[in-house]
Amino acid sequence: MGMIEAILLTVITAATPLVIASLGELVTERSGVLNLGVEGMMVMGAAIAFAMTQVTGSPYLGLLAGIGGGALFSLLFGFLTLTLVANQVATGLALTILGLGISGQIGEPYVGVSGIKLPQIVVPVLSDIPFFGPVLFRQDLVFYLSITLVAGVSWFLFRSRTGLKMRAIGDNHASAHALGIHVIRTRYLAVMFGGACAGLAGAQLSLVYTPQWVENMSAGRGWIALALVVFASWRPWRVLAGGYLFGAVSISQLHAQAFGVGIPSQFLSALPYAATIVVLILISHNRRVTLINTPASLGKPFVPDR
Amino acid sequence: MSAVAASGASPLLAVRSLTKLFGSFAACNAIDLEVRPGEIHALLGENGAGKSTLVKMLFGVLAPTSGQILWKSRPVVISSPGVARRIGIGMVFQHFSLFEALTVAENIALSLPPGISLGKVAEEASRLSELYGLPLDPKAHVADLSVGERQRIEIVRALLQNPDLIILDEPTSVLTPQEADRLFETLAKLKAEGRSVLYISHRLEEVQRICDRATVLRHGKVTGACDPRAETPASLARMMVGSDVAAVNAVQVAAKGDVLLETRNLSVPARSPFAVSLKNVCLEVHAGEILAIAGVAGNGQSELFDALSGEFPVADAGTVSIRGRPVGALGISARRLLGAGFVPEERHGHAAVPSLPLSDNLVLARNQSDRRSFLGGGVLGIIRHAAVRLASQRISQTMDVRKSGEDPAAGSLSGGNLQKYIVGRELDRQPAVLVVNQPTWGVDAGAASRIRQALVDLARSGSAVLVISQDLDEIFEVATEVAVISEGRLSEIHPTTTLTREKIGLLMGGMHGRNESGEAAHAH
Repeated sequence: MGMIEAILLTVITAATPLVIASLGELVTERSGVLNLGVEGMMVMGAAIAFAMTQVTGSPYLGLLAGIGGGALFSLLFGFLTLTLVANQVATGLALTILGLGISGQIGEPYVGVSGIKLPQIVVPVLSDIPFFGPVLFRQDLVFYLSITLVAGVSWFLFRSRTGLKMRAIGDNHASAHALGIHVIRTRYLAVMFGGACAGLAGAQLSLVYTPQWVENMSAGRGWIALALVVFASWRPWRVLAGGYLFGAVSISQLHAQAFGVGIPSQFLSALPYAATIVVLILISHNRRVTLINTPASLGKPFVPDR
Repeated sequence: MSAVAASGASPLLAVRSLTKLFGSFAACNAIDLEVRPGEIHALLGENGAGKSTLVKMLFGVLAPTSGQILWKSRPVVISSPGVARRIGIGMVFQHFSLFEALTVAENIALSLPPGISLGKVAEEASRLSELYGLPLDPKAHVADLSVGERQRIEIVRALLQNPDLIILDEPTSVLTPQEADRLFETLAKLKAEGRSVLYISHRLEEVQRICDRATVLRHGKVTGACDPRAETPASLARMMVGSDVAAVNAVQVAAKGDVLLETRNLSVPARSPFAVSLKNVCLEVHAGEILAIAGVAGNGQSELFDALSGEFPVADAGTVSIRGRPVGALGISARRLLGAGFVPEERHGHAAVPSLPLSDNLVLARNQSDRRSFLGGGVLGIIRHAAVRLASQRISQTMDVRKSGEDPAAGSLSGGNLQKYIVGRELDRQPAVLVVNQPTWGVDAGAASRIRQALVDLARSGSAVLVISQDLDEIFEVATEVAVISEGRLSEIHPTTTLTREKIGLLMGGMHGRNESGEAAHAH
């Protein structure tokens, strides 16, 4: 395997959790809910997936547990912000802090235990294509899922009726309610999809990226995923592109160090956020682009006036 | 209601003692209403009379506290808008329930039963929009459309469900007279097809023109049911407000006073792709005059207001003068200190902070111009609450502001009462120049009459008043001079007595360009 292939493989492994977590948050935000707890849901997913894998010996069951754990944890956020109408920003931040704490508790017995890696799935025929074969078709299930999810979410949001309703809720929840669309119910589902995706992304960290449990192992990736949603201006395929860009940047830190290139690693880790700010400036400059892409009721609580 | 009993046809919709309580307050109190098949039925009433609450219950947005709704002689429970649409009730809201980020076709598809493809929706929407004379492009994003076009989407959306009854909430408040005429043609077509229309309005003239019957509401109760064509505007208004509306005593134009407010070739480039640029606007307002700027919303009114008030100062200081002083480059406070007062259009968030009490809103507006009486402690600028509260009470009394409690939050007042307070806040200073944008927008007849009278009184006392308004009734009631703004250009100024509604309507529709063609040089 050549040098470039090896680098590409590490980029893919670094980008996959960003893409998945960001995609989940994209759906949540398209429905008008801002969940800043991605980091917390992700690290919960990582801990639960690792623990389940250790208990059952099956990384696939671990993966499922990670997804379920993330979704359940996000349900707490949903209950607080949608039913009790708590402030979304404060609740999301609290969710992150809570998630970091609980995951540490869950993972405590497993510190230093070597994990079980999610097996590769080799796609017959396609994996024999030179260069692309080994990079794209000798991957684990999570990678394949991430690509399928991007296509699926894109289709769902822009081609399906339920997706249209979800975008309508995110744009103007009062009007959506007046049309008889179930605002709260849809938002619960969107929040839980976001939680499930964050959990899956976390499971990838502890089952694929570095198959072991380390406290706070999400290491800020949840925040990058949040920034990525804005960077992608709430469009799924742009999340994929942006995820790989941010993944490449984070990997280049390691390679830059290895090759002794004199770029401070702090600068590189700040790059995704700087890029997001630039994108924010660009899109908020054009009111039409903002109107059409930004969910207008993002972060606003909805209380039906009955 | 003997008129109802006399007709043989069974009503399409009958409402029996429908009541909606918000706490102990009855927004609708034992309402009775009957709509027959194939009629245009007006629901008349002031703001806060309970019209919106009533139709929200008919459309399933609000649940009634008690009472009964009979649809085609059968009792029904309309628990959601979906149920209303299923049984054949369509609604066009006053504040459009459209999604700006979505396309026209997507907006329409949202209200249709599932299983219809977007392509089909687009096709059907184009067909219907042509059939009823409501041209629409299904692929356009709503964010790019005008208010009139947005209303068409709402109407087409309601029509796609083939309803027996269409409810229209204040549909003409956003239209030009010509656009309104087209809407009336559409309504006539619907009526000819045997559909019924429930038409909510407070414009008596329109109701008399197109409606077969009318039900009048006041304070949540039915105060009359009648044939509007057999009534006079005065008798209809009496049912609406309960007493005769005081006719505004217009300004008598005597000899012209000094020019107190002037713009000379005021040009302002558009600040955003959605804004309108002002092009060579020339106007003069003399002491004792009320100049009305007529026009359809979005033709440069807010930009003109911003330039006059100093919310966005203009580059060339000499193009705007107040009392002979060039003020173009000055901000709002500096202009206020010269004796000008400004009342912007939006009550909530622009003219007042809804969550703050009235007294705080008073200080926010006048902390510079009334520094001496409102603030103490020298540079510290400590608010003198007693003085402020006294002034606030004075304003409330003069303008007859009805409020709950001594000093409630601005947002808790009804639209009309808050507007009276906001206008009163400026009038209390006796400004030499007053610029008001849409002074009675969405305000009930009683409050509107009070505000208009106050503007006339101010002009009579020797101030120059400029009123930006879309309401022709208002313009004819108060203005001594009228100019029309269209696409950022201002027409010549005409004395009100020489104008007719039709002429203003034509000017509003964009008959500008005359000034530029050189036929008539600047009249002033």
